[in-house]
Amino acid sequence: MSFYNLSSTSSGDLAAIAQITRDAGVNLDDCYQCGKCSAGCPLSDEMDLYPRKVIRMLQLGQVSAVLKSRAPWVCATCMTCTARCPQQIDIDSLMLSVRHAAKRAGLRPVREADIFDDLFMAGVRRYGKSNEALLAARFNLSSGHLFQDVLNAPKMAKRGMIGPSLHKVKDRAAMRRLFGRALRTTEGEKGDGI
Amino acid sequence: MRYAYFPGCSAASTGISFTLSASYVAKRIGLELVEMPDWCCCGTSAALVTSRDLAHALPARSLALAEQAGLDLDVVTPCAGCFSSLKRTVHYARQSDKNRHRLEEIIELPYAATADVMSLLEVMARPEAMEPLAAAITKSLNGLRVASYYGCALVRPQEVTCFDDPEDPQSMDSLMELAGAEPVRWAFKTECCGASHQISEPHGARRLIARVFENAAANGAEAIAVACPLCMLNLDMREAGINESRAVPFDIPVFYFTELLGLAMGGSARRLGIDRHFWPTGKAVRKALAPPPEPSPDNHSTSELPQEVTVA
Ligand code: SF4
Ligand code: SF4
Repeated sequence: MSFYNLSSTSSGDLAAIAQITRDAGVNLDDCYQCGKCSAGCPLSDEMDLYPRKVIRMLQLGQVSAVLKSRAPWVCATCMTCTARCPQQIDIDSLMLSVRHAAKRAGLRPVREADIFDDLFMAGVRRYGKSNEALLAARFNLSSGHLFQDVLNAPKMAKRGMIGPSLHKVKDRAAMRRLFGRALRTTEGEKGDGI
Repeated sequence: MRYAYFPGCSAASTGISFTLSASYVAKRIGLELVEMPDWCCCGTSAALVTSRDLAHALPARSLALAEQAGLDLDVVTPCAGCFSSLKRTVHYARQSDKNRHRLEEIIELPYAATADVMSLLEVMARPEAMEPLAAAITKSLNGLRVASYYGCALVRPQEVTCFDDPEDPQSMDSLMELAGAEPVRWAFKTECCGASHQISEPHGARRLIARVFENAAANGAEAIAVACPLCMLNLDMREAGINESRAVPFDIPVFYFTELLGLAMGGSARRLGIDRHFWPTGKAVRKALAPPPEPSPDNHSTSELPQEVTVA
């Protein structure tokens, strides 16, 4: 018996689903929709599709709704869903792969999350280390939340939590090369497991 | 006990109190930490949502540089987030030679994945550390009721972390007990603090912190102990803000587990970095360090007696 009814799903959608599940190391057939993943998810209140529903929609071939969903962008990768799934389905990995696919398709349903993570990685690419105060300031500028006190900067400075200089690695050129190689497109050439 | 040490990006900034208290405790128990050469950011969840290759390559570079420098030691890191990234990378690299070669090509360095990765909590909860810890602990924390908060990254996914129970871990509780605190049984040991979502999506994420405090308070906790700089920042720095919308405010200070161990070893609050917290710690520290009650059986305190009377 199959959970699927894919008669109305295009071959493009099927290919997209196949890539997502392959990247994630997940077999959609394993999920019997018990809902334990949604029940334990601390961020489900913020999700338009609960984790169980994300899987259900993919089972049903409705990939475009899943790619537009906020759920994978709200997911904090806390791994509670995966730890509790009776079928050992790597749900947090599936959330990641959906987010990667959405980003490739030019979608970013939660703008702030995308801005934050991109700025974080831009800082690491440049300096090799993350500088939290700089990141917080840049995030406020880019997200338009100019006066949001994301990190209590004055109090942090008083507590010696913000240093006078930026942390950097010695070999900054090596960081740029590493990013270049890691981010080049390697469709279909993934490693084993995750 | 000698380990390669991965401090993580927060070690000299937001996690400064973790660094201060961990190095104090490490020194006292003969735990030698050798900083890894030119280590870089572990990438944490930001790398993971960017690309799996990047998320594995960043830790691999630091681990490979340590191998290249001949640092033939297992790796310890205090930060739960760094632990998760490094451990995941070692797991991935050991899964197949294909994976390992893929990483070597990205980082332009040979990487054999020989070193294991452990969190500082795991190292300190091992028998060879518990023994010198027990010897160095000179003060009891007076039964201070401590709720140990492990968060996500130390215990999940268990196939990768290979450490403690993912639903009801005990290692930090044992250390707190060793220091004379009373471990609180509570339900939120491994719930998520919201991580970086506290910055990018504060609206939905704040509730996660409030729930942690709520459950700790409901179970009578006088303090929360953590093993992660991000958990610390999210709880300690945001407790005041959360209290603004509450009729009955929380009053639970948050400590690194190493700070509480350090206090029980006689370290000063200043030396351990406790004076840098956002939420006041005074009440809990005073209770933890109060002198033991008079041993006299009838329990009449000598200070209540007139000065000239001597008590036999
Ligand atoms: S917990 Fe596992 S089996 Fe149950 S609905 Fe979620 S993914 Fe499916
Ligand atoms: S990993 Fe994501 S989807 Fe799973 S429980 Fe955590 S926040 Fe929810």
